[in-house]
Amino acid sequence: MTDISKEAIMPPRSFLSQDAIQVFYRLLAALLICAVLAVLSDSFLSLGNILNVLRQASLTFFIASGLTLVVLTAGLDLSVGANVALSACIAGTVIHKTGSPALGILTGLACGGLVGLLNGIMVTALRIPSFIATYGMLWVLNGLTYWYMAGETLHGFPTGFRQIGSGYLFGLPIPVYLLLVFLGIGTFFAQRTIWGQEIYAIGANPVAARLSGIPVARRLLLVYAVSGTMAGLASIIFLSRLNSAEADIGESLTLPAIAAVLIGGTSLFGGVGTVFGTFIGALILTLVLNGMNLLSVSANWQPLVTGIIVILAVWLDMKTRRRAQ
Amino acid sequence: MREAAVVSQPNPLQRIPGVAIVLVLLIALFSAIAPGFLSVANLSNVLVQSTILTMLALPMTLIIMTEGLDLSMGAVLTLTSLCVAIVSLATKSMLLGLGAGLLVGAAFGIANGWLIAILGIPPFVATLGTLGMAQGLSLIVSDGQSVVGIPHSVRDIYSATLLGIPVPIVMALVTYAAFHGLLYHTRFGTYIFALGGNREALRYAGLSPNKLLIAVYALGGAMAGIAGLLMTARMNSGHPTAGLGLEFDAIAAVAVGGTSFERGNGWLLGTLLGVLSVGVLRNGLNLISLPSSVQVASVGVLVIVALFLDGLRSRA
Repeated sequence: MTDISKEAIMPPRSFLSQDAIQVFYRLLAALLICAVLAVLSDSFLSLGNILNVLRQASLTFFIASGLTLVVLTAGLDLSVGANVALSACIAGTVIHKTGSPALGILTGLACGGLVGLLNGIMVTALRIPSFIATYGMLWVLNGLTYWYMAGETLHGFPTGFRQIGSGYLFGLPIPVYLLLVFLGIGTFFAQRTIWGQEIYAIGANPVAARLSGIPVARRLLLVYAVSGTMAGLASIIFLSRLNSAEADIGESLTLPAIAAVLIGGTSLFGGVGTVFGTFIGALILTLVLNGMNLLSVSANWQPLVTGIIVILAVWLDMKTRRRAQ
Repeated sequence: MREAAVVSQPNPLQRIPGVAIVLVLLIALFSAIAPGFLSVANLSNVLVQSTILTMLALPMTLIIMTEGLDLSMGAVLTLTSLCVAIVSLATKSMLLGLGAGLLVGAAFGIANGWLIAILGIPPFVATLGTLGMAQGLSLIVSDGQSVVGIPHSVRDIYSATLLGIPVPIVMALVTYAAFHGLLYHTRFGTYIFALGGNREALRYAGLSPNKLLIAVYALGGAMAGIAGLLMTARMNSGHPTAGLGLEFDAIAAVAVGGTSFERGNGWLLGTLLGVLSVGVLRNGLNLISLPSSVQVASVGVLVIVALFLDGLRSRA
C-alpha cells in the first residue's frame, strides 16, 4: 500500500529508480531475443537487417511515444492507425497539388494534431470514456479516408522528400536520427518538465491531481493532441518511405503501437511508465516480427503473435504490480 | 436479489423516445430523399441484412451491461464464418459446419471471459488482443484467400423462407425472444444486472461473479458462431475480412439503443431498435449512392453522439 501512495504523491522523477530496473529487464529481454535470432538465422546480424530493424522500430516508436503519454493518464487512443492513414493521404495530396514538401509535412502534422485535439475534446468536454471515444473516431477517420481517396493511390513524391523515410546520413537511416531526437524530447518532457510530471500525477490519481490545482482537462487535451501530432509525424515518414499513400495503410499500425507501449512497461492503469521503455517495447516487438520474417514464417501470423504479446504484456504488468502491493 | 434487479431496470417509457425518435427520423429522412426506400422489397432487405447484426448486438448488450466490452466480435465472426465454410466444404454437412463455428466462437468467448474475469485485464485491451488473434487465425486458416464452393445446404439458409418469412428473420426473432426470456425471466438474467450494478452483492449471495462473467462472454462468442453461419450463407463463401468492423456496428446499436456504458443498465428492445437504426442509416445512405466509407463514418458519428447523450443523462 505504501508503494502506491508514494507513487501518487511523488511520481517517478529520477531515471535511476524502479523505472530504471524495469527498463533494464526489458533491455535484457531484447538482447536475449537478439541472441536467439543470431543463432537461428544467419542473416539476422547483417548490417542491412539491423538497420532495417531500427528503421522499422522507429516507425512504431513515433506512434507509440505519443500514445505512451495518453496511457500514462490512464487513457487509450485507438485511433492512431486511422489517423496515420488520413494524415498521410491529405499530406500526399497537398504535396502533389502544391509541389511543396514543407507544406505537405505541415499539413500532415496539423491534420494529425487536429484529430488528436478532437479526441481530447471528446474525452474532457464530452466526458466519453477514452477507449470508446477514440474507437468511434477510428471508424469516422477510416470512413473519411476511404471516401477521400475513393480507391485511388497517390504515388511519386519529390526525391528530397523521399529522403526523410528512406535516406541515410553517415550510414544510418534518417528515421533513426529522428527516433533519437524524439526519444530525447519525450524523455525530457515526461521526466523533467512540470507538465510531464503533472501527466504522471493525473494518471496516478486524477482526483488528487485536480485537488492540487493541476488543470486536468487542459493537460489531457495536450496529451491527446501530442498523440495525434506524433501520428501525423509517423504519416510523413510512412509517406516518404513508401513513396505512396493508400487508404488502408493505417489498419495494421494501432495494435503494434499499443503492444510497444505495454511491453515497454507503461501501465494501462496510468501513472507508471517511461517513453524510453516504449522505445525498448517497440524494439522488442520489431525484433520478434523481424525474426518471424527471417525464419520465413508467413506474415499472416503477425496479428496473432501481436495479439498474444499485448495480452501477455498486460498480464505481466498486473502480476508485477500485484506483487509490489 | 429480485428487488435489486427490478430497481436497476430502466423505466422503458423513459427510454422509448430516444432510440425510437432516431429510428423514425431516419426513416422519415430517407423516405423523403432516397427513391425506393419505402418499397416492400427494400424494407424487407433492410430487415434481412440486419439479422447478422442482431445476433451480435444482443449479446453485446449483455456484455456492456456488465461494464465490459467485446472488440473481438467482428474478428471472431470472421473466423467462425471461415470455419463454417471450411468444415461444411469438407464434410458437405451444414450442421457440422455450424458446430465448428459454435465451438470456435464459444472458445474465443471463454478466452475473453477468462482474461477479463480471472486475470483481471481491462475488457477493451483483452478483447483487442483476442481481436488480433482471431484476425491472425482467419488469415492463417484461409491463407488470405476466399473459401468458395460451399454446399447448397449452407447457402439456402439465407435465401429460404419459413411460412413466407425469410429464415434469417425467423432466426433473429427466435434469438431476440430467447435473450428477452434469458435477461428478464431467469435467475441468470437477474445476475447479469447485478454483474454491472452490484458485483459485491453476488459474492455475498454465494455466487461466483467470475463464472457468470465468463458465461456472458462465452454466450457472445457462441452467438458470433451462429452469425458466422449466416455470414457464410449470405456471401456464399468464407472471406478473411467478412466481419471487419461489425463489432462497431453492434456497439453502435447498443449505444443508440440506450444501454448505458457506466451504470449496468440494459434494454434489449432498445438494442433491437438500435440495430434497425444502423440498418436504415446504412441502407438509406447506400440508396442515395454514398459509398460505404461514408456509412462507416456516419455510424461513428452516431456512436459518439449517443455516448455523449448517455453521459449527459447519467449526470442529470
